[in-house]
Amino acid sequence: MKSFFKKVGIILSLLLVAVGLAGCGNKAVNKSNVYQHVKKTNTIIWGVRNDTPLFGLVDPKTGSLQGFEIDLARALTKEILGPSGKYELFQVSAKTKIPVLKNGNIDVLLATCTITPDRAKVVDFSKPYFGAGQSLLVPKTSKLRSIKDLNKPGTKVLAVKGTTAIANIQKVAPKAKLLEYDDYGQCFSALQSGQGVAMSTDNGILAGIAANNPKYHVVGGSFTTEPYGIAVDKGQTQMKNAINKAFAKLKVNGTYDRLLKKWFANVPGFNYKEVEK
Amino acid sequence: MQNWINAYSATNLRFLLQGLWVTIEVSVISILLSFIIGLILGTIRYVRIKYLSKIVGVIVDVIRNLPLLLIIFFTYFGLPAMGIRVNPMIAAITAMVVFEAAMLAEIVRAGIAAVPKGQMEGARSNGMTYTQALFHIILPQALTMMIPALLSQFVSLVKDTSLATIIVLPELLYHAQIIYSQDPNYIIPMYAIIAVMYFILCFCLSRLAKYLQTRLANVF
Amino acid sequence: MWQLFTQNWQDFLTGFWHTILSSIIALVFSFILGSGFAILETNPNKFWRGVAKVYVEIFRNIPLLVVTMFFYLVLPKVLPAMNGFTAGTIGLTLYTSAFIAETVRSGLQSVGTGQMEGCLANGLSYWQAMKNVILPQALKITIPPLGNQFINLIKNSSVLAFVAGMDLMYQGDVIASNTFQTIPTYIIVGIFYLILTLPLSYYMQYLEKKLA
Repeated sequence: MKSFFKKVGIILSLLLVAVGLAGCGNKAVNKSNVYQHVKKTNTIIWGVRNDTPLFGLVDPKTGSLQGFEIDLARALTKEILGPSGKYELFQVSAKTKIPVLKNGNIDVLLATCTITPDRAKVVDFSKPYFGAGQSLLVPKTSKLRSIKDLNKPGTKVLAVKGTTAIANIQKVAPKAKLLEYDDYGQCFSALQSGQGVAMSTDNGILAGIAANNPKYHVVGGSFTTEPYGIAVDKGQTQMKNAINKAFAKLKVNGTYDRLLKKWFANVPGFNYKEVEK
Repeated sequence: MQNWINAYSATNLRFLLQGLWVTIEVSVISILLSFIIGLILGTIRYVRIKYLSKIVGVIVDVIRNLPLLLIIFFTYFGLPAMGIRVNPMIAAITAMVVFEAAMLAEIVRAGIAAVPKGQMEGARSNGMTYTQALFHIILPQALTMMIPALLSQFVSLVKDTSLATIIVLPELLYHAQIIYSQDPNYIIPMYAIIAVMYFILCFCLSRLAKYLQTRLANVF
Repeated sequence: MWQLFTQNWQDFLTGFWHTILSSIIALVFSFILGSGFAILETNPNKFWRGVAKVYVEIFRNIPLLVVTMFFYLVLPKVLPAMNGFTAGTIGLTLYTSAFIAETVRSGLQSVGTGQMEGCLANGLSYWQAMKNVILPQALKITIPPLGNQFINLIKNSSVLAFVAGMDLMYQGDVIASNTFQTIPTYIIVGIFYLILTLPLSYYMQYLEKKLA
């Protein structure tokens, strides 16, 4: 028995030492210049969504990614690197998107990422490319009409880990209970299974889900503004400038408008002009 | 009923099979690598090389007492932070190998320890060196004895690949989730079919184990 | 990292508490269920043996995550929805009970048929012999492997994170995405798991040596 306690004691103290060292040690974030790197390899690795209708979604028929952001990534690559430029699409979830950008696994993040002051502390954002607003998705049979209806104890609202929806709900409807999931698919499945009364995230995403699921609709208007930005790691100013420049070009030559229309013009109850930036 | 027929359309089934293939790929690679590493680590722990055995022991004990989910996060977020870019496939395989090697090391150590001491003494008194006795007498016996434990660990590994949905590995469960997230009526049919697929995969593996066990028992 | 902990210690502890709670509930019920199925598996009646065998094979060969998702997403289509903690704990219980059944069964069989025959010859009924003679011996042999199953159970409880089960892993996810300090958060989560599993693991090794 004595040796047992000794063993546990030694291991736990070793662990504490290791943790202490890890805490003091500097973080080995990839500090090289991303712009130089993508120029050299002629490839940009984009972090994109795969569970978000209209923005970035895997199509079971072909197994490939489709959506507004996928097309935008493709167009931006051609602007930044020229016609021979290559791109790789790295699928991220809402929870993993910032960490994989920070640790250097991807070059650029183009994944329904709202520009917020908190995030701007850890990553650099381009100019906004999409003006979303947070809204609610409920079954058509539901009596819920606005975000205020959620502010009751015991009301369960569903959201996705790592999205801005969480802080917004906590602010506007502090009494509601939040349940968080790993992706939009799981979150919406939970809504269908009656785990909560409403699902909350940006209107563009919700409109995409509602378009595929006629028993559900978007209510409550948009009670926040959620400008989406393209993110690069903190300090990658050259890359950020290149993205801003390329994006400005896409606006001038009409590509941006064409892509917006392609994905959002036919979504019921959604005015694509409102989200244009 | 219509839901079930629609859910199992040719495109959906093909998509699921693609997921199943990723599951099998990750499983096979992880089983092979973790078995080799586990065997080495377990033997090191058993033979008590100064310091090395102790260090290996501590690392193995820490890893096998953590949830696999956590180790998947560490490889997915941690490796790039060390300058190694990974895709979900590599992160998942690395996590599987690290975790399963630690689990297997413990099985191997216990398996070797279960071989009667007389065997080693007998081999040594017949003029074999320690290493010879270990590789020719002890390990073969130990391996035959630990086959059931090894195999149930491999079955666990196959099942555990489903946890890698969290880092967007396009395996079976993840592909099912993509299909039913686009049509909610497919939830039940999807879970039914992937349960059957996992069952067949794991059940075949355990049958294979039983067969191997009888075959190997005759060899040694 | 210390700062990360002091700022979020309440969330970490809430998660820790849910992990402990879920593990203990699942342990108790999976032990009862598992022993029950183990007894059925050694029952002379062919039908009951078959039932137990099917149950054990099903839960041993399907991933825990799929079982849990079944209770969380599929069952609400026919029954009232249950929350993630409940669904996760039920999933854990059923899954672990299959492994416990296997462990207890091999324990029961190692007691030997001679003892059962002796009991029956001395006028005890099958169930009396099982309860008073066979089971106590079998449990003693199975304590170390059962302990290992409990450790696996604690580790497996991390699937609650997938169904918003409020456990340690879920809280870790939430904290990591709020603070952007991914690796440090998961290191803290890992230490909490080790506080539970490591002493247990060494205690089992100690018991194994002592009983051998």
